[in-house]
Amino acid sequence: MEDILVCQNLSKSYGGFPALSGISLNLQRGKIIGLLGPNGSGKTTLIKLISGLLTPSYGSILVNGLPIGIETKKIVSYLPERHYFADWMKVKDILDFFKDFYENFNMQKALDMLAALNINPAMRFKTMSKGTKEKIQLIVVMSREADLYLLDEPIAGVDPAARDYILDRIITNYSENSSVIISTHLIQDIETILDDVIMIQNGTIRMHQSVDEIRAQYGMSVDGVFREVFRC
Amino acid sequence: MLTNLGTDRPVFIQLIDEIQMRILSGTYPRGGRIPSVRELASEFKVNPNTMQKALNELERTGLLNSQRTTGKFITENETLIQELRRKTAENEIGFFTERMMKYGYSRQEIFQLLQEFCTQEKEQTD
Repeated sequence: MEDILVCQNLSKSYGGFPALSGISLNLQRGKIIGLLGPNGSGKTTLIKLISGLLTPSYGSILVNGLPIGIETKKIVSYLPERHYFADWMKVKDILDFFKDFYENFNMQKALDMLAALNINPAMRFKTMSKGTKEKIQLIVVMSREADLYLLDEPIAGVDPAARDYILDRIITNYSENSSVIISTHLIQDIETILDDVIMIQNGTIRMHQSVDEIRAQYGMSVDGVFREVFRC
Repeated sequence: MLTNLGTDRPVFIQLIDEIQMRILSGTYPRGGRIPSVRELASEFKVNPNTMQKALNELERTGLLNSQRTTGKFITENETLIQELRRKTAENEIGFFTERMMKYGYSRQEIFQLLQEFCTQEKEQTD
């Protein structure tokens, strides 16, 4: 089957400042990939380019063989790093909103996850804690039957128990047809659920290997290697 | 549940060790079916592909047999299991002895200590 994502010589500059330069990568289906790198290395820029929120300065991106557009947005489920739901919305409104917007939204899945995390669908977004807001955004994004999930810092603000639940959902939600890209600094928490790791530094790919290759090669965890590579 | 996989070795090797231990100890009974890849991945909190890789390796060594439609089963080959148990025991004793010798114990002392320790343990559990 076609690679879910192909980037060729992808570059993005913000007013002359290069955020990404010459990124080339192919990702297969059925993989969970960690996108790692220090602050300002270009992780969010890469994710926004794939989701179509930004356009490349140079180079190309294909998702499922298609250039970024309506067809790719149908099969890409993107979790931004910030909140974007209106304060007046209730959880139920958000679910209905997603259901109207995306054909592949699975309402039952969303309701099940809300129940598991003890979130009342009648609650108003405004009244919720930061962590609960994050959980809801993640729930709606994970409830789409997408081909590619782009999760930008999905677990940073949630408590450790919910974090475990979310990672478990990512594992059990796993299918051979879809891939998940997770950008995070919480490497220790997620490294055993990853197939591959992409480390980026100053807008270029520093390392693209499987977790077990890295562990075998360096004799330490990916978290440990990250701390060595990017030692301040 | 096992959540604290070590950080220094490849994940799939640690999974092989852990599942092999369950088979050798009889936690997974001879001839029984082991849980699905998905269930095991969820239990160990690891990537399903990594779990699959570990199970494939156990199949290659003969501890597991694949039956196309019904899943993976634990071998009923008692000789194989006993051989592996023996080999594992020898490895563990090897590590232990080596460490004790680093602390300056002689083989004779190690043997005596171990004997005392095992006798005490036995009295406590009796």
